[in-house]
Amino acid sequence: MTKPAPLTPIVPERARSFAIDVFIFITGLALFAAILSVAHHWLGPPNPSPPIDRSPLALPKYAGYSFLRIATAYLLSLVFALLYGYVAAYSRPAERFMIPLLDVLQSIPVLSFLPGVMLVMVGIAPHRQLGVELGAILLIFTGQAWNMAFSVYASLKSLPSDLRNVARIYHLNPWQRFTQLELPYATIGLVWNSMMSVAGGWFFLMACEMFVLGNRDFRLPGLGSYLQTAASAGDTPAILWGLGAMIGVVVALDQLVWRPVICWANKFKFEETETEAPHSPILDALRRSRVLGSLRRVAIEPLNERLVRRLAFRSGRSSATGGSSKRWHWLERSVEVIGICVIIYGVAMAVLMINKMSPTELHEVLRSAAATFARVMVALGIGTLWTIPVGVAIGFNTRVARVAQPVVQIAASVPATALFPVVLLLLIQVGGGLGVASVLLMLLGTQWYILFNVIAGAIAIPTDLKEASRVFRLGLLDRWRVLILPGIFPSLVTGLITAAGGAWNASIVAEYFHFKGQIISTTGLGATISRATDSGNFHQLLVATSVMVAIVVTTNRLVWRRLYRLAHTRFRLDT
Amino acid sequence: MTEVSMIPLIEARAVEKFYLQPDGNRIEVIAPTNLEIVPGRFIALLGPSGSGKSTLLRVLAGLEQPSAGQVLWHGQPLNGAAPNAAIVFQSFALFPWLTVLENVETPLKARGLSAAERRTRALKILDTVGLDGFESAYPKELSGGMKQRVGFARALSVEPEVLFMDEPFSALDVLTAENLRGELLELWLSKKMPTQAIFLVTHHIEEAVLLADRIIVLGRNPAHIRADFSVDLPQPRERKARRCIELVEYIYTVLTQPTVDHPFPAAQTPTTRPGMGSLQSLPHARPGGIAGLLEILLDLGGRAELYRLAEQLGMETGDLLIIVEAAALLGFIQVYEGEIELTPEGRAFSNADITTQKVRFREAALKHVTVLQRIEQALRLKADRALPDEFFYDILDEHFSAEEARRQLDTAIHWGRYAEIFDYDAARGRLVLTEPNEPSTA
Repeated sequence: MTKPAPLTPIVPERARSFAIDVFIFITGLALFAAILSVAHHWLGPPNPSPPIDRSPLALPKYAGYSFLRIATAYLLSLVFALLYGYVAAYSRPAERFMIPLLDVLQSIPVLSFLPGVMLVMVGIAPHRQLGVELGAILLIFTGQAWNMAFSVYASLKSLPSDLRNVARIYHLNPWQRFTQLELPYATIGLVWNSMMSVAGGWFFLMACEMFVLGNRDFRLPGLGSYLQTAASAGDTPAILWGLGAMIGVVVALDQLVWRPVICWANKFKFEETETEAPHSPILDALRRSRVLGSLRRVAIEPLNERLVRRLAFRSGRSSATGGSSKRWHWLERSVEVIGICVIIYGVAMAVLMINKMSPTELHEVLRSAAATFARVMVALGIGTLWTIPVGVAIGFNTRVARVAQPVVQIAASVPATALFPVVLLLLIQVGGGLGVASVLLMLLGTQWYILFNVIAGAIAIPTDLKEASRVFRLGLLDRWRVLILPGIFPSLVTGLITAAGGAWNASIVAEYFHFKGQIISTTGLGATISRATDSGNFHQLLVATSVMVAIVVTTNRLVWRRLYRLAHTRFRLDT
Repeated sequence: MTEVSMIPLIEARAVEKFYLQPDGNRIEVIAPTNLEIVPGRFIALLGPSGSGKSTLLRVLAGLEQPSAGQVLWHGQPLNGAAPNAAIVFQSFALFPWLTVLENVETPLKARGLSAAERRTRALKILDTVGLDGFESAYPKELSGGMKQRVGFARALSVEPEVLFMDEPFSALDVLTAENLRGELLELWLSKKMPTQAIFLVTHHIEEAVLLADRIIVLGRNPAHIRADFSVDLPQPRERKARRCIELVEYIYTVLTQPTVDHPFPAAQTPTTRPGMGSLQSLPHARPGGIAGLLEILLDLGGRAELYRLAEQLGMETGDLLIIVEAAALLGFIQVYEGEIELTPEGRAFSNADITTQKVRFREAALKHVTVLQRIEQALRLKADRALPDEFFYDILDEHFSAEEARRQLDTAIHWGRYAEIFDYDAARGRLVLTEPNEPSTA
């Protein structure tokens, strides 16, 4: 062998900053202390309903607890998404039921998972706080995991076949294939979906941290329960403090975590030419850090190296033996059979449950479904009407866009549920019941998706088309009819799909509310689900949830998917 | 290089590729094919686009399982991707998130080389292909030619026994491609790479003649070997040399007249074409392109040599061939050995104004193109003169692979719309028969 080349990095060493290292060190210590304290709390005896302290001084602690719950739930979702997406993308029999199942799971509102998850978790660890905490984390998980799993699946499915062939002809081992091909390719989609998922976590935090289950009252110390307690007591200063804390945490996360992550993910863009990359000072600082650099050199790289070498391809060894593929096939078959059995069992149980219901109850569920359907439609309609002109105005004017886009982004990342108490206070003073208010609450939660997408769509309309419309002196009406509306159509549809899903999900927190010691509710499927959870009426919960799933999945298939296809065939702007 | 009796590196024995339709129909993509690749050979595989060249390459490399027959490497049946091969792709297929160096090191990593060995080998090979100093660049910072150099470096780094190349120069501009071809040939002839055989898939006839010492010409529907001959010309070859031009013209002739045998250098008798029902395969040319060719031909006096024409138009030969094939199918031109000539119909077409051209196109299409005949008849049978496109797709699907059926239908719709045989409502996916306003003049 020739003498080995020196292993010094070829990239020139950048200036390293001492301050950053100190900062990272302190952050590490703080994290360690936090984990210890949380472990102490979690492993202690269970205290399902501790009093919630309404003083602002308790907020940092509560914010920390909530953050940890959401972070843990997110990590779980990430692992789940990768596993689920991977299996669904690579096993054809599994794919056949895993993807429709994902559709269904995605349309089940968080509260419908509550009784099952909570009872199981408390049952697993009855003598520790851990059970309740894990329950809450799993609840948050049920709001985060599905879209991420779908994103991983879709990315793996769309992996260019040439790249796959590269992996095969050069015999990349499974670990290498995962870390160098599949994971990088899936990263961009995963990052965007992660942001949406975590935002969803904050949105449902109030519902996940404080709830009644039959005759049991669950309350976990956290920002969500703080806000809810404040709202129940009608304590306006406390509501505002809590709101401020939540917005602070969300904005801080956006700046400290998501922005650097997006910048970092930019290198995974699968494109031929270089485009202007976003910039993040924090990411630059982290890249310059000596501590992280040496951690990578000393721990991560050698570990990876050892793994890769152990799995290395030797030309003498045959790459795929027939036996193992046959075993795989057998395994896949059995998974499929088990899946079908589970589905049949579930359907049978559901039919039995529905049989138990009285006709009046069933009638009630259908009536409330119609009410919520109408509300979702109205909310989408209003959202579309105001966001199109505003979004187009922002998108067409680069100067406005530069200022407005970050503002809109922050506004969108504020969980609308936290605003509910404030909005409710106002509305109740003005008059008009929750029936109207809930539309407004849905709107608060979902209009941002539409606005975002309209802005993006308006920006993406090519300048030469805009110029052409000017050259041909199109009137205002024609300009909208010929250029703008068709131009933003694809992104509008994407926005509406997300918004519709969000609105259905939001109905469970918008139609039913604990406020000043009483329950304010209106007729609606969301209210039915919330009430059924509260009172422990499980068969009603099941039926209402099934109806919601049926409506959401059906409209997805019949309306949204068709519009989406239309948007991506007839209204595509790139050639 | 003489054919010494050696164990072939790769041997394809009656390799066949077909897809089974749900209704039991078979779509044949590759007809049973025998092929041997012996050490020391640079083989070029030529064929019209969509003829299954790339599929054959993937089968030989073990990336795709043949439906029948066997691929042997060193006499051993191949199971999975070939143990010691490399592929250079038309799309480069680099990992955009890895630097140039990391891209080249990736296959070495898969073989379990130590970090130091990887680094040494990758740097050396990058130096060989002229990428010195670009180690830490990302692919998107590089030009197309540089990217393909990375592709070559990655392929050569594993010291493959057989180097497969799938249209490696097609995505590059003319000068860059020329340059890279020269360098590849230099590496190959000077034995600077340990590769024992090169298998190049291309639709560029001249490229094959200049580089290869054995050329295999494929016919399509399904892919079958139409010609297989050695090119016994010393390197470097001069593209204007008489023998080179002869060979190019010969290959043109073979490609443009799929149904005739051609006696020229060691041509093999083509295997008989399996019947494909009564549907021809439409060449994917646009009516505008056909009209353009005919008009140019008229200006040239109604007759031209294909090879010259391509050169004059600055067109890729493959692209020109598609248009030529389409014009021949419509009966507008006749193809002789490497030459095309306007038929009386073609002359009438290219002399006419645009409206009359459409009428002539319509007559020719309904006379010669079976797909359009069938569509027209089917539409006429319906009371409302309309049918969904899926209906015709299903018919085509029995004769072609799913993807090709889609393309065939797209082309048929293009032609039919141009000829005003029918109109197509893309939103609803329906074909509607056009009732001619004036009776078509004979």
